[in-house]
Amino acid sequence: MSLVTDKIISKPKIETRDLGLEMTENNRSLIEISNFDFFYGEKQALFDVSMDIKEREVTAFIGPSGCGKSTLLRCINRMNDLIEVARIGSGKITVNGVDIYDDRVDTIELRKRVGMVFQKSNPFPKSIYENVVYGLRIQGITRKSKLDEAVERCLKGAALWEEVKDRLDTSGLSLSGGQQQRLCIARALAVEPDILLMDEPCSALDPVATAKVEELIHTLKDRYTIVIVTHNMQQAARVSDRTAFFYLGKLIEMNATDQIFMSPDKEQTEAYISGRFG
Amino acid sequence: MKRYFHEELEEIRSHLMLMGEKAVESVKLAMQALLESDIELANQVMESDDVIDDIEKQIDDEVVRYVSLRAPVARDLRLLFVAIKASHDLERVGDEASNIAGRTKKILAQGLPIDAVARVPRMCELAINMLEDSLRSFIQEEESLAYSIVGRDREVDTLNRENFKELVELMKSDSANVSACTEMVFISKSFERIADHAKNIAEEVFYLLTAQSLKEVTRGK
Repeated sequence: MSLVTDKIISKPKIETRDLGLEMTENNRSLIEISNFDFFYGEKQALFDVSMDIKEREVTAFIGPSGCGKSTLLRCINRMNDLIEVARIGSGKITVNGVDIYDDRVDTIELRKRVGMVFQKSNPFPKSIYENVVYGLRIQGITRKSKLDEAVERCLKGAALWEEVKDRLDTSGLSLSGGQQQRLCIARALAVEPDILLMDEPCSALDPVATAKVEELIHTLKDRYTIVIVTHNMQQAARVSDRTAFFYLGKLIEMNATDQIFMSPDKEQTEAYISGRFG
Repeated sequence: MKRYFHEELEEIRSHLMLMGEKAVESVKLAMQALLESDIELANQVMESDDVIDDIEKQIDDEVVRYVSLRAPVARDLRLLFVAIKASHDLERVGDEASNIAGRTKKILAQGLPIDAVARVPRMCELAINMLEDSLRSFIQEEESLAYSIVGRDREVDTLNRENFKELVELMKSDSANVSACTEMVFISKSFERIADHAKNIAEEVFYLLTAQSLKEVTRGK
């Protein structure tokens, strides 16, 4: 456990119910980012970024490498706290109105509410079953019936149940790349997050596995708020409701995905999505 | 694997079918208005043209959106191009029906020799059959039916030419006929054009189903 995390845990915690995530309504802003500046040491990675991310929608971050999209994604569940030189310059990020960089916020609790799926699937070297219940065991849940129920619910939620229900005790590492990624999504769902952050979740997958994950994203948005970083613009167009285009650490344009891909407001956005960039 | 957005393609197909039904109905009603001297019906046909235009606009928007967001390829992409082209043909069919209705109203105000209308019901029947068959070839995905439609417009063309000659004779015989017969020349031409649009749709459906140009296929025969 890092020093930063230790320090946060030692503070009085803001409970989930204070975050009020259970009481949210459709299509309101769940995540609000205001005038956010972010630095890695002396290098500024994000410049005055402001945006609202709507509840139960899929929001895609697009832009060339180094534009800051993954940095911003990682700021939403404070993953960047783990990088020693990372620091916020100014601005804030709120989740359901709570400033997540408030000293009293417990980052463990935050990351339970704001789950993350990474570019490379990273199942633990454990059985499929144990991968899914890992977070629940950490929470102290031991009752088998409850764990069994969570495994079935989450694997169904991740569209993996039918493929693995007869071999839950085999290693998660024995699955194909696409199945491993869906197992990681099931693991993230197990702790019942409200927000799922996905950092290029399909970049290591073949087209069939990519299609399955995209279908999954489409079904998950009924229950979860999803933010996805992708280099694949067609994927952003296919899966997202809203798209944000970043360049050199700045948010150039954010709008409904239809609008961005059919008639963007900014010339830079049009140049990027039509491949005329650079 | 069926993707969630494939339902959007089905919507576009449905809208094209709906547009086809409306266009066919307009042509039938326009003919009925002429034969039964029914001004109310003629007005109804003219008003329904806006509905057909609206469906074309909706299909255009849906196709542009699908192409922009879904990166379609192969048959999906052909369907979208066919939807744009066929909906334009159907929009023109709606316009021709509206033109027929408008000219019918003018004729009814003037009176018309009965002989002037003689060939038109047959032209209308042929054009509607072609239109219905081209739409059925789309709905049932029957390339042989689409193929069979090409060439069927020749009889309509012949009837139109004969009609024209006869109408000229009627105008020569009595100058009082000129105004109404001129309207009939245009009505006859409208039915001929409707048959052309039906043939276009058949060619488009053939391309959708086979990825081949029907014109090239028939030329190479």
